[in-house]
Amino acid sequence: MTLATEREAETEVTYPDPTPPVLGGFQGLPARPGWFSQHLGTAAIGGVLGYLLGHWLGNVVGSGYTNIANSGSNSIAVTGGLLLGVLGWLVGIGALNYPLAKIVGLEPRPDYESTSWTKYLRYTCDHKVVGLQYVIGVLTFFFTGGLLAMGIRTELLSPTTHIFGPGTYIAIVSEHGTIMMMMATSVVVGPLGNWLIPLMIGARRTAFPRVEAFSFWVFSAGYFVILSALFYGGFPTGWTGYAPLQTQAGVGMMSYLVGFAVIGLGMMTAGFNLAVTIINYRAPGMTWSRIPIFVWSILATCALLTLATPTLVAAGLFGILDHTVQTAFYVTEHGGSSFLWENLFWFFGHPEVYIMALPGFGIVAELLPVFTRKPLFAYKVAAAGMVGVALLSFFVWQHHLFQSGINPDMRPLFMLTTELISIPTGFIFLVGMGTLYKAKIRFEVPMLFCLAVFFNFLIGGVTGVFLSDVPVNVTVHGSFFVLAHFHYTIMGGIIFAFFGGLYFWLPKMTGKTMNKKLGKIHFWCMFIFFNMTFFPMFLIGLLGQPRRVFEYAANLQALNDFASVSAFLLGASFLIFIANFVWSIFIKPTPSPHNPWNSLGLEWQTPTPVPYYNFERIPVVLSDPYHYSEDNAPAVADLGDGTLVAAAASSPSSVVEDPRPPAQ
Amino acid sequence: MWRMVAIWAILSVVLDPLFYFLVGPHIPPGDMTSAAVSNQFDFNVLFLIALPVLLAVWVYLAYSIIMWRASRKGVPEPVGGTEARGHLGVQVGWIVTSTVIVLGLFVFGIVELITTAGSGGGEGPNPIWTPTSATILPVQVIAQQWKFTYRYPTFGGFESQQLVLPNDTAIAFHVTSLDVIHDFWAYQLSIKADANPQLDNVAYTTTRQTGSVTVRCDELCGLWHGAMFNYGKVVSKTAFNIWAKATEKATAANTKDLPPFAYTYVPDANGSDGGYYPDNVDPYSHSEVYGATPAKS
Amino acid sequence: MSFGGRLSVVLGLFIVAAGFAVWGVVGFLLPQPPTVDFTSAQPAGAPVNLTVQTVGSIGNGYGNHPTWVSYLVKNPQGQWIHSTIWKVPAHTRINLTVEQFDSGSPLRNQQWGRVQGTIGNVMTLNGKPISVYNSNTGNGVGHTFSIPTLGISVPLVGVNPNANNICSQAPCSSPSSVVNIIRTSFVTSGPGNYPWQCFVPCGLGFLFGNGGPMSTVGYMGGFLDVEA
Repeated sequence: MTLATEREAETEVTYPDPTPPVLGGFQGLPARPGWFSQHLGTAAIGGVLGYLLGHWLGNVVGSGYTNIANSGSNSIAVTGGLLLGVLGWLVGIGALNYPLAKIVGLEPRPDYESTSWTKYLRYTCDHKVVGLQYVIGVLTFFFTGGLLAMGIRTELLSPTTHIFGPGTYIAIVSEHGTIMMMMATSVVVGPLGNWLIPLMIGARRTAFPRVEAFSFWVFSAGYFVILSALFYGGFPTGWTGYAPLQTQAGVGMMSYLVGFAVIGLGMMTAGFNLAVTIINYRAPGMTWSRIPIFVWSILATCALLTLATPTLVAAGLFGILDHTVQTAFYVTEHGGSSFLWENLFWFFGHPEVYIMALPGFGIVAELLPVFTRKPLFAYKVAAAGMVGVALLSFFVWQHHLFQSGINPDMRPLFMLTTELISIPTGFIFLVGMGTLYKAKIRFEVPMLFCLAVFFNFLIGGVTGVFLSDVPVNVTVHGSFFVLAHFHYTIMGGIIFAFFGGLYFWLPKMTGKTMNKKLGKIHFWCMFIFFNMTFFPMFLIGLLGQPRRVFEYAANLQALNDFASVSAFLLGASFLIFIANFVWSIFIKPTPSPHNPWNSLGLEWQTPTPVPYYNFERIPVVLSDPYHYSEDNAPAVADLGDGTLVAAAASSPSSVVEDPRPPAQ
Repeated sequence: MWRMVAIWAILSVVLDPLFYFLVGPHIPPGDMTSAAVSNQFDFNVLFLIALPVLLAVWVYLAYSIIMWRASRKGVPEPVGGTEARGHLGVQVGWIVTSTVIVLGLFVFGIVELITTAGSGGGEGPNPIWTPTSATILPVQVIAQQWKFTYRYPTFGGFESQQLVLPNDTAIAFHVTSLDVIHDFWAYQLSIKADANPQLDNVAYTTTRQTGSVTVRCDELCGLWHGAMFNYGKVVSKTAFNIWAKATEKATAANTKDLPPFAYTYVPDANGSDGGYYPDNVDPYSHSEVYGATPAKS
Repeated sequence: MSFGGRLSVVLGLFIVAAGFAVWGVVGFLLPQPPTVDFTSAQPAGAPVNLTVQTVGSIGNGYGNHPTWVSYLVKNPQGQWIHSTIWKVPAHTRINLTVEQFDSGSPLRNQQWGRVQGTIGNVMTLNGKPISVYNSNTGNGVGHTFSIPTLGISVPLVGVNPNANNICSQAPCSSPSSVVNIIRTSFVTSGPGNYPWQCFVPCGLGFLFGNGGPMSTVGYMGGFLDVEA
């Protein structure tokens, strides 16, 4: 049969009318309206009740023990409180309704499309709603961590005058690092991955929609868990949590350990879900060489999320046991080893930073063709590079431990693997530079962010090669040089890419357009002040200032002050973004043109707002979405209603043919 | 295209030597010890290679932003199709070049590690790269929350808060901790070694110049990590011997009360208050380390 | 919702979030123990008499860690203040008196049994001058008063743990409770903020004894704020 006749013979799949959902209850039981349905408010109530119950249970169990009575701090109560608080949060939002109903034998309520804005406050199986929930969640994490960074730079204005006490300063440093790392693991996979992947591969949903929603609600619970550290006196170990300082710390440490376990659960579920979706839910014709490069980056990232995070959860569990029930996994004196934590943590920790780098590469590679009107250069090299980075990232972790007293034979081995991983990491530059060659570049706001990623990640990546060289590592390990390196790669890489992706895809995700002028001001302020903040830190580190210190040599004050003032301005630049975002999306929205960037991507070929089921008919994919400026280019996809997504002509202003009228 | 290459070549040829001769000699950690000289040289070589790489990308980005932007008059339309999707020569060339550079850097790094006896980094309890000198002065660095103290086993094992070292001598730093993980970072000596409880982390260097040394703790170890620093000095061999013998005599009474010198110590958890594990349980692990012999100086 | 309604909701949420952040910072992050000022209690250049006491557990009435060991300081008005941040003048002799009410133990590092950095490197223990104390003898060392960056360290000898009048809650006073009086003097250097700590890991219930009160300013560590 030809494609056309096949489609005629296909029976129409009908979907139920989008009537308001049956809220609360199970089928057959009366529905509870409005305030008594399950939403963010009930989640909060559940969380508080769970916390109180867990804390009380912990006190009942633990108060009698000598070390708890002597120290006056009950880690068991805090751990119990946090864990049951998370459980209560999940019960409150309704994340456990389906499994509980199935266990008891009742029929769980079906998933209806919800039309009211309150769907954003609920546990919902629409991947697009989850994606937008993640946007708010990720931005909340980011700005909280950012405020803490302002606190750090305030303290470092003077080596002798102290705004915060030294214990509080360490707590702020640790909190900043942990919140940012927790956020950055999901900053692209969560919002953009969940929102875009099914649309980019021509699917109606992800493989496990409930798991996807669960990953968001667990992620948001993790925010409160890690934030609770500040109210418990903080934890003194930095985000790396080295034992045995970890075992010596007070109850704030439990917020870190439980927080990472909870976020780890969110990471594993989100990663697993998207990986299965990409592998199994691709539309017909969407072969591996036709999937958008962003999808490749998410696939590589999800492999790491799924495989590396369990190590962190196990390491955290050992830490919780050491802290609550006095096991000695990490205590050398009793037969454990402080090296055990170091190795377990970094075995996760290194793939973790590639979890943060790869989606940034994916966004940049995805956006470049749209704004250069050229196909992606060396698509296969880009995909191979991402897979290569993901694979190699498991073999480099001991470069964090070069001076730690590891077996000296390990140092050349890990120097080699770390230097080798810079090869596939560099492919993104080959791809970017090749795509820019003889292009016709439109400097829209997303494109500016992509170019900034190249600039920043170049500096970050090259300084990484410096760090991988063991002799130079002796000079710079543990100093501000390392700090500048990872801020250039993580913030300069994925955070810039994330903002570029937000500006690019928000018109599609929300149907509203962001103010272009404010976007450009935001970009230039962020880019300039970012470089002014972190570039001096390379010098500060070379001149001998270690990380995480509240006092430093007096002759470094000028450099520190320069970095601090630039950091305050960098923080202020985000206010421009917040103002733009809130004004354009919520307060005075302007409808966006249907395909403002004239992108060939499949996600842009849906109506706005995108219906619950994404595509009326599953498209048949005919080629990759990069046939810009090509005569007689093949169509990207057959949308099944007699229309084809055609390739763009040469001119940058030519409109991508979309035969259907834009839905408003 | 050739304009780009020309600009890049000129910039590289001019800036690289400028860096090497003007900035290079001032790159930390200086040249007070053999490890410091080697690490400074290593950094400079890496920078010499990194600078042309940085320039290549920057020149290309600048060129493309200026010459190929849509708002510039007369920019030709881009050409898509198979030629724009890949170019085997460019791809192969890129991969080969980056591999060659990276493997070259690897070999260079190994050579530096071996010829400088570990380049000042902590080699663990069984170091494989050791100085060739006949006499090596052992200095034990004991890290505790929140101060470094130093023991000199060849002078009766006295313990001092001051770090004094002789010039023109190969020194073995045996770094260990009495509680949590610290890191002994002697900046001008270019020594960096983590202090782990019950582990002897050995780092070597040979002093070449006299001068003052800044020691900072480089691994977050609790409340006063930021205040855990002290100053030391490298003095002439005779001055060092005078100081060491005088201090040995002056602190003899206290040295008798110290535990006998050992490369690692197990803090007496029952002795100092503050036990975390139950008090009447023997805290000492009876596990053994097979095959490893503690490093002699 | 109307434009005005949306604007007010957003502004309201922003104010709530900002308020929460301010409350967190002001209520939890900024507070530190008060600074006790000794610079104006005597004429310029005259020695400063600094009297402190060390207690086994601070008890109720001094914050939310009643089981923690702590220092207390007697301010120029004679009251016992729970603070470890003391402001003293530069280049001045400080006559330190420590009323040590806590029991002791062997030192983790007997190096801290030496009196260092004080005038004559000596201290008096209940009137008897000593310069080295072997913590493996007698009642051990209860705490040390150490300013690592100035090279000052004084071992504070412990009292008999089996005495029937050992002080259990601050503020302690003698002769109702058994005490060791330790006196020593040192000269402050130039202006600066000098951290001081204790080297006896006496944080009960914390691994290696260095958590809890040992790691919290206000209990067993603080600042000597030397003003010009």
